[in-house]
Amino acid sequence: MGRYLLRRLSSAIVTLWLLATIVFLIVSVLPGDVGRKVLGPFALKEDVARFNRQLGTDRPLLAQYFTSIRRLFTLNFGSSYNSGGLVRDIIFPALFRSGKLALLAFVITIPISIAAGIFAARRQDKVSDRIVVNVGLATSSIPEFVTAALIMSLFCVHWKLGKVFADPPAGTSVIGQLRMLLAPAMAMVIAYFGYIARMSRAGVIHGLQSDYARTATMKGLSKGKVMRTHILRNALAPTITVISVQVGYLFGGIIGVEKVFNYHGLGSTMLSAVKARDIPVLQGAVLLVGMIYMVSTLLADLLIAVLNPRVRLETTR
Amino acid sequence: MSPHVETSVAAAALSVDNLEVAYTVRGIDRAVLRGVSFSIAPGEAYGLVGESGCGKSTTAYASMRYLPRNGKILSGRVLVDGDDVTNMTGSQLQRFRASEASMVYQDPAQAMNPSIKVGRQLIESFTLLGRSKADATNDALQALRRVRIADCERVMDRYPFQLSGGMQQRVVIAMALACDPKLLVLDEPTTGLDATVEAEVLDLVRVLREETNAAVLMIAHNLGIVRSLCDRVGVMYAGQIVEEGPCREVFDDPQHPYTVGLLRSLPRRGVRKTEQALATIPGMLPLIGTDLPTCVFVDRCPLADDLCRTVVPPVVPVGITGNRYTRCHHLDRISDIIEAPTDVPIGILAKSEDNPDVLELSHVSKTFRQRSTEVPALVEVDLQLGEGETLGIVGESGSGKSTLAKTMLGIESADMGGVVSLDGHAVAAKTAGRSADDKRAMQMVFQNPDSALNRAWSVRRILLRSVTKLTGIKGDEANDRVEKLAAQLRLTPRHLDLKPRQLSGGLKQRVAIARAFAGDPRIVVCDEPTSALDVSVQAAILNLLADLQAEQHTSYVFISHDMGVVRYLADRIAVMYLGRIQEIGLTDDIFNGPNHPYTEALLSAVPSLDGEITTRIRLDGEIPSPANPPSGCVFHPRCPRAIVGVCEVSEPPLVEVAIGHSMRCHISIDELRVLQQGH
Repeated sequence: MGRYLLRRLSSAIVTLWLLATIVFLIVSVLPGDVGRKVLGPFALKEDVARFNRQLGTDRPLLAQYFTSIRRLFTLNFGSSYNSGGLVRDIIFPALFRSGKLALLAFVITIPISIAAGIFAARRQDKVSDRIVVNVGLATSSIPEFVTAALIMSLFCVHWKLGKVFADPPAGTSVIGQLRMLLAPAMAMVIAYFGYIARMSRAGVIHGLQSDYARTATMKGLSKGKVMRTHILRNALAPTITVISVQVGYLFGGIIGVEKVFNYHGLGSTMLSAVKARDIPVLQGAVLLVGMIYMVSTLLADLLIAVLNPRVRLETTR
Repeated sequence: MSPHVETSVAAAALSVDNLEVAYTVRGIDRAVLRGVSFSIAPGEAYGLVGESGCGKSTTAYASMRYLPRNGKILSGRVLVDGDDVTNMTGSQLQRFRASEASMVYQDPAQAMNPSIKVGRQLIESFTLLGRSKADATNDALQALRRVRIADCERVMDRYPFQLSGGMQQRVVIAMALACDPKLLVLDEPTTGLDATVEAEVLDLVRVLREETNAAVLMIAHNLGIVRSLCDRVGVMYAGQIVEEGPCREVFDDPQHPYTVGLLRSLPRRGVRKTEQALATIPGMLPLIGTDLPTCVFVDRCPLADDLCRTVVPPVVPVGITGNRYTRCHHLDRISDIIEAPTDVPIGILAKSEDNPDVLELSHVSKTFRQRSTEVPALVEVDLQLGEGETLGIVGESGSGKSTLAKTMLGIESADMGGVVSLDGHAVAAKTAGRSADDKRAMQMVFQNPDSALNRAWSVRRILLRSVTKLTGIKGDEANDRVEKLAAQLRLTPRHLDLKPRQLSGGLKQRVAIARAFAGDPRIVVCDEPTSALDVSVQAAILNLLADLQAEQHTSYVFISHDMGVVRYLADRIAVMYLGRIQEIGLTDDIFNGPNHPYTEALLSAVPSLDGEITTRIRLDGEIPSPANPPSGCVFHPRCPRAIVGVCEVSEPPLVEVAIGHSMRCHISIDELRVLQQGH
């Protein structure tokens, strides 16, 4: 297990380094003169040069590259072009807000969709199974900003059950925050329910058809026991992988949902950074999302290794 | 109509009575079992045999009431120890499976949960019976000892994939015996295991049969296994038992045309291709659900007449003991078809001085690199193959048979220093480096025609491409050649326009063989070409291979784990173990002995269909990893005849011990002859 962890960790670090390099290439090399790009074509030459000096974008590329890699490990992403404040003071609070929303969405989605997947698998090809599969397919094919708008107009405007603005004012109680976050979280739940449900359904069907499930049944175990002790731990590995990828995605903030509900998460922060050409903020935010991806897939792989001894033992041989 | 012979329903441990099972396919019930009846007494072993699709597995699973989602029991009863399985409630069924009946499956690796330790899976079987955790753990250890696992604490702590196939099957058997079942169903328990491991598992089952009083229902396609293990046998065809009786009588004196056909299509009693072609059963098994108003075998039966087509054959008792029956109108004419087939005995040239060598391998080795370790898969192989000769290659999995084939063909390149020569000239190690003629000269037929043929192409296109690729012929000429090729392989023009998935397994393998023969090859390497096929289909393919060889003087390298098949087809046999040729000689030399001790073990592991008694030698332990071969003679740790102080020290060279008969052994041939007397 230790060796597996080490290998998995080092590959995560390499991936992160690649990500940082690609982000660096995109934001620093492709635009050419950063000062000119930010200040516009009519700015004075001297102003552009001063701007570049302040940011360090006049230094040799290699030096800039090392700075950006160092920032990755120190989590110090420099200062914003626009506000002049530290990038981390902008992106970490945004991440925290996105994280709260994502967590709430997952706490609701995961149990519901896995349960629906198991339910459908047990009734494979029956009407109830078809309903789960097709509802899942339909909901996950609607773009989330559409669902978000729909929920807002029904849930918040028509029935007045939630708030149109999801950003809680300072000092709101936990319960109050939850109530405000519920509506945007629902939009995310609807977007991801179908995917996770269909994934777990496929895994469970595979498990139900397996020889080991047959052995367990022939031993005289009840259907429920066969499912719980034998099938689920083998069947859910692909679902765990899918969820882990979505964790990264959701923590990065779903721009559509955040915009509709006026929620200042990482997604809308990135969007404003793009609009304002605030490259350090954008760079920091993208790297942060990358790190979250790394961590969540790493955790998922470790969880799979715990569930599946083959992964754990065969790689450490 | 329900022939209960020998055991009365009341005394039987399992009694299946007029069982009808159907599978629902696209809304229609299709009959699979058409009134199956048999019973097994406590302590008795009953075998069900027949080709795939005949319903033997469905019968086995139906007796545990475990059917696929679309399967249902239409009528009939299954009584286990007097209780009717067909009308049990869900919880009754659970209790029945936990405490009355158990099953052992074909693929032990798949039959256990891959992510739960063996111990926990075994303990579960005991806690189900209401034992406490501590008691169940003790019982589990006891159960492992019972199936002769020495190191049981360590095995309990392992995951299934960390055990060898033989060990896995022992654990599954231990699980099955946990409840001291009244009925034990064995579904192809040794299919897929190596010959020596199979022998070991069968020995265990034999011993355990003495210890328990369970009724054993055994499903096997290998008739030899059934004969060596079962008291009685039922021969199934199209969802019916067509003949039933004591194994010895049924196998030695079959009384149903299907049984006759089945037995005659097997190479038996050492018959060789030079003596006699194998019998085949024309036609195909009827599809499930087809209406069969009269005799189920009527369309393929050599004795069929109007009576058979109009009247359902009765259950006819055979002999006077009352424990045998057959379902045939023409019991009196059975002997007409038992006559040996008048087909051509094909005179094939064995290797002799006038036969030039087509293929020669000298000092061919193949070493794979895994991470930083070297894995020698082939070590110093020297062999010659004469024109028109068949060289059989046998050995257990991991012995290097397939690597040898791939190295000949250049799919794998031989290590430096090894030379593959074709018609006297050395060829490049890799196929890519060989000339078009050299590539054409060597072709291969694979075990699984499904994955060897392009599924999206018609047979015609598959063959056309091979013809153009190998010979350069194009257009009409190529088309003519494809049609000629198809005719040689007994494929009709209609088959040419079908896709592989529309063909049966046997037809697909014919296409694969036709593909190999597209460019008039000098050598065809056949890697287990019939092991996925039913015996009657296997017979047709073997006949075809023999015919093609007689016509074209093609040489074969024939890899197989089936000693009977190799004996039938091969002129010479090479026995491989851990990448080395341990023994090579004429087929008669190999089967008559004296042999290398490994060959001896391999031969005595084969359960005989003819009921010959063989002095068995058994191998201990497992095949070592090629990455870490034993010192000295690589076979010494498992060799029952190893000489301490000699065999573990130096590896014996491959020495010619008699004309054309070589082996790698420190024991002299004369000593071996004395040791192996009684064979």
